[in-house]
Amino acid sequence: MKAIARGHWGPAGVAIAIGLLLLVFLVVPVVKVVYVAFQHPHTGALTLINFIDFFRTSLFQESFFNSLYVAIMSVALSSAFALPLAYFTTRFNFAGAIAIQTLGIVPLIMPPFVGAVAMLLLFGENGSLNLLLNDWFGVTIPLMRGLNGVILVESIHYFPFILINLSAALNNIDRAMEESAQNLGASGVRLFRRIVFPLAMPGYVAGASLVFLKVFDDLGTPLLLNVNNMLAPQAYLRISNIGISDPMGYVISVILVAFSLLALWTSALALRGKDYATVQKGGGGLAKRDLRFWEKIGCYAVIVLILLLVLSPHFGLFILSLGTIWSFSVLPDAYTIDHYMRVFSTSSEYITNTLLYAGLAAAIDVVLGTAIAYVVWRTKLIGRQWLDYIAMGALAIPGVVLGIGYLRTFYDFNVPIIDKPLASWWVIIVIALAIRRLPYALRACVAALQQVSVMLEEAAESLGASKRRTVIRIVVPLMSGGIVAGFVTSFATAAVELSATIMLVSAESDAPLAFGIYQYMQSAAGRGPGAALGIVAVVIVGIATYVSHRIIARKESERAPELAIAVGV
Amino acid sequence: MLKHMQSRALVAGAVLAAALLGLPIQAGAMEDKLVIVTSYPPDTTDTVKKAFEAKHPGVQIEMLKKQTVAGIKYLQETAGNNASDMFWASSPDAFEVLKGSSLLQKYETKVKGIPEKVGAFPINDPDGYYKGFAASGYGIMWNTRYMKAKNLPVPATWADLAKPIYHGHVGISAASRSGTTHLTVETVLQGKGWDEGWALWKAIAGNFKTVTERSFGVPDGVNSGQFGLGIVIDFFGFSSKASGFPVEFLYPPVTTLVPANIAIVKNAPHPKAAAAFIEFLLSPDGQEVLLDPKIMRLPVNPATYAKAPKGFPNPFKDSSIGAAVKFDLDLSKDRYNVVNSLFDVMITYRLEDLQAATRAIQSAEQALSGKGNAQAEKLIKEAKALVAKMPIDEAKATDKDFNAIFKTKRKKASTKVEGRQAEIEQQWDSEVKANYAKARELAEKAASML
Repeated sequence: MKAIARGHWGPAGVAIAIGLLLLVFLVVPVVKVVYVAFQHPHTGALTLINFIDFFRTSLFQESFFNSLYVAIMSVALSSAFALPLAYFTTRFNFAGAIAIQTLGIVPLIMPPFVGAVAMLLLFGENGSLNLLLNDWFGVTIPLMRGLNGVILVESIHYFPFILINLSAALNNIDRAMEESAQNLGASGVRLFRRIVFPLAMPGYVAGASLVFLKVFDDLGTPLLLNVNNMLAPQAYLRISNIGISDPMGYVISVILVAFSLLALWTSALALRGKDYATVQKGGGGLAKRDLRFWEKIGCYAVIVLILLLVLSPHFGLFILSLGTIWSFSVLPDAYTIDHYMRVFSTSSEYITNTLLYAGLAAAIDVVLGTAIAYVVWRTKLIGRQWLDYIAMGALAIPGVVLGIGYLRTFYDFNVPIIDKPLASWWVIIVIALAIRRLPYALRACVAALQQVSVMLEEAAESLGASKRRTVIRIVVPLMSGGIVAGFVTSFATAAVELSATIMLVSAESDAPLAFGIYQYMQSAAGRGPGAALGIVAVVIVGIATYVSHRIIARKESERAPELAIAVGV
Repeated sequence: MLKHMQSRALVAGAVLAAALLGLPIQAGAMEDKLVIVTSYPPDTTDTVKKAFEAKHPGVQIEMLKKQTVAGIKYLQETAGNNASDMFWASSPDAFEVLKGSSLLQKYETKVKGIPEKVGAFPINDPDGYYKGFAASGYGIMWNTRYMKAKNLPVPATWADLAKPIYHGHVGISAASRSGTTHLTVETVLQGKGWDEGWALWKAIAGNFKTVTERSFGVPDGVNSGQFGLGIVIDFFGFSSKASGFPVEFLYPPVTTLVPANIAIVKNAPHPKAAAAFIEFLLSPDGQEVLLDPKIMRLPVNPATYAKAPKGFPNPFKDSSIGAAVKFDLDLSKDRYNVVNSLFDVMITYRLEDLQAATRAIQSAEQALSGKGNAQAEKLIKEAKALVAKMPIDEAKATDKDFNAIFKTKRKKASTKVEGRQAEIEQQWDSEVKANYAKARELAEKAASML
C-alpha cells in the first residue's frame, strides 16, 4: 500500500512540473496573443462572432478544404517514399543501411528561402527540368503549381517523420514474433502485412500523424509557392500585414490548434484497445535476411530512385551555392567557391549558436517527451492526456504568434544576475525552439514506450527496484531507439527554424544559421552566400544524424550476442 | 496688459516646447554604442556601418535585422523597456504606424542641401519624426534571357502589361505586404481615377503569374527566371543587375518616387550616436555610399548625382521620373487599409479565377479580330465590364466611418461602426467571384460564336 502511494508521488510531481512549464512557456504567451480571436473587433467585448464570420466566409471554407486535401495526400505520398526505405534497410542485410537512413533524414533540413529557390530552379515552370523537356519534347510539367506543387514539396520535405519513426518501430519488434509466424508458415508479403507492419503500427501512426499535422499547419511551403488559399498562410498573412490587425488571423490559429488536437485524438483512438508491446527485448529487431542478387539490384534501384527524388532540392542547393549566375538556364553560367569563402569568413558564430541552441532544445525535448509519454501511458493520473494534447498543440501555433507572445510575456521580466529581460536573453530562443519542436520528440517517445511491455516494469518493481530506478534502468534504455529518433527530428528541424527566432533575436551575436540565411536572402547578391550557408546547415545536421545512428547501431550490436545466447542459437 | 502677458507666456511656452521637442540632442560626449533595427540586407548595412565607423571610430553599431513587420512588432512589444535607438527601413507606411503608436522621437537635422521634395513626394515627415535618406521609384524589371526565349517585347507603360502577350509572365508582391506596391497601386488609382485605375490593375493582374508574399520574392523570381517581368522598386532592379543577373529596369511614365526612411526611437538609450548616424547618412559622404553597386539607391542630395555612374537616373534633373502624378498623401492615407483589402480580395486571393476570366476574354478578342460579329463583341464588352466591376465606389472607399472598420485601434464608443472587416470582405469576395465566373462564361460564349 505504502509503496504504491510513494510510487505515485514521483510521477505526480513530474506531471505538475511539466504542466507548469507548458503553462508558462506555451499556454500563457499564446493566450496573450490569440485572445483577440474572442474579442468583438469594435467593442472589445467577449464574443464568438469572429468564429461565425470564419465559417460564413467562403474563402476560409475553401482554405480549410484545401489544407485538409493537401495534408491527406501528403501522408499518402510520404508513405510511398518512406515505406520502402524503412523496410529494406531494417529487414535485409544491406550495405550502406546507415548511410541510407541518414540521407533519408536530410530532406527534413530544408533551410528557409534558399531551399525554395533551389526547388524552383530545378522543378519550377522555367526550371532546369522543364527547360530540358521543352527543348527536347516541347512540353513542360507544372510540378510546382498550385495544390499539387504543395503536396509534392511537403511530401519530399516531411516524409522523414514516417521514415524515422517507422524504422525505430521496426527495429523494436521482437524477433520471436516473426520467427513464430515463420514457423507457422507465413512468409513474404503475408508476413509483412499480417505480422511486421501491424506490430510497427505505433511508429507508423506516430510518423503519419506528424506528417498530417505538420502539413496541415505548415506555412513555409504554401508561401514559397504563393498558394494563399490554405489555412496557415491565411492566418500568417492576416497576422503580419502592415497596419491591419485583423482578428481572423488569430481565429484561424485557434481553429488550427483545435483541428490538430482532433486529429491527434483520432489517431490515439485508432491505436486504442490494441497492445503493441512485446515482452522479450534486447534483440536487434527483426532478423535480417540476405537478398538474392536480383532482389538486391531491385531494392537498390528503388532506393536510389527515391533518394534521387527526395534529395534533389539539396542537389539544387549545392549547385546554387557554387554557381555564379543561375538565371533561366539549366545550370549556372560558371562556378566559384567565393560564396563559401564569404560565409566562412563571417559566419562562424552562426554555426556555433545553431549547434548550441538546437542541441539544447532537442535535449530538453527528449527529456520532456519521455517524461510526458511515461506520465500519460503508465500512470492513472487524472487529466494526464492533457499534457500530451497541450504539448502537441505547439505544432499548430504559428511561430510568429509564439514569438510575439514571448516578447509580450517575458520582456518585462528581468533575469537576475545578468540583469537583462528574459525575452532578449539567448536562452529564450532555446526555449522557443524546444517548445516548437517538442511534438516531434514526444510522438517518437510515445511510440517507443508503446512497444515496451509494462510487464518488464512490473518485473523490475517486484524485484525491489524503485519507480525511479525502474524508469532509469529499464524503461529509458528500452526506449532508446525512439528517444534518439526524437532527438534527431527535433535537432534537425530546430536547426533551420526561423519564424519564432526572427522575433526573438535581439543581438546579431545571438543569431542562429537560419537567421543568417534570411539576411543574405534579402538581396540579389546574397543568393549564393545564402545557399552556401544552407549547405553548411545541412552538413552539420547530417553529421549529427549520422553519429546518432552509429550510436544506436553500436548499442544494438552490443546487445545482439546476449540475445543469441538467450535464444540458444 | 493681461492680454499682453498671456501672449508673452504663450510665446515663451512655445519656445520652451520647441526647444524640448525639436532639439533634444545637445553636443557632448557621444555614446560608444548604437542599436539599429533595420530591414536592410547586409550588403547595405555592412557598407554603411563601415563608412560610419570610420568617421566615428568610438561608436560600435549593432544592426538588428528584422523584416519590416517584425521590426514594428518588436519595437511595439519592447517599448516598455526599450533598448533600440533607431528604425531604418524603406516603407513610409511602417514609419507612419510607429508614429501612430508614438514610438518615434522628433529630430531636426543639421545637414543642409536636401530639397523639400523628390518628384511629388515630400522627403521628410512633415511632423518631423522620420527623415528620408534615399528615394525609390517603382517600375518594371525584366529578365532579358526570358524575354528573348519567349519572344516578348519590352513594355514601356503599366498599360502595356495588360496586353495578352504578357499573360502569365508578370509578378508582383501583394499591396498589403509591401508598402511600395501599395503606393504603386495608389499612384495609378490617383492618376487614372478610381474605376479606370482599378480596371487597369485588374487587366494587368489577369496576366500575373503570381502574387508574392515578400517584396524580395519578385526580384528573386525575375532573377531566377521563374517569371519574366516584375513590378518592383528600382533598387531591386539596379542591384540585381549590378550583381550580374541578366535583368533590366525602367520607370514607366506614371510612377511615384518615395523616400526610404530613418528615425530615432523614443527613449533611445544612445540618442547622440543616433543623431550622428542620421547626420552622417544625409552628409555628402553618407549619400555617396548609396551609389555602391550593392546598394544602388537614389540619393536625396542632388549634388551627389555628379558622382553617379553613367546612365544612373537623376530624379532632380529628369522630370519625367515620378512627376506625372501629383500624389495626394492624405487621400492615400484615408483609404489605406480599404485599398489593401480590396487588392487582396479581388486579386491576391482570387488570382486563379481572375486569370481564367482574363484568358477567356483575351482568346475571344483574338478570335474576334478581323471578323465582324456584333453579338460576340457585345458579350466580350460585358465580360470586361464584369471583371472591372468594383464592389464599392470611391466615395465609400474614402468614407471615414467605413474606413474605421479596417483600422487597428479599438474605436471610441462615439464612432459609428457598422459591420466587421471579415463580414465585408466576404460580401466582396462572393460578388467578385461570381463576376469573374460570369465574365469567363460570357467570353467563352463569345468565342464559340466566332
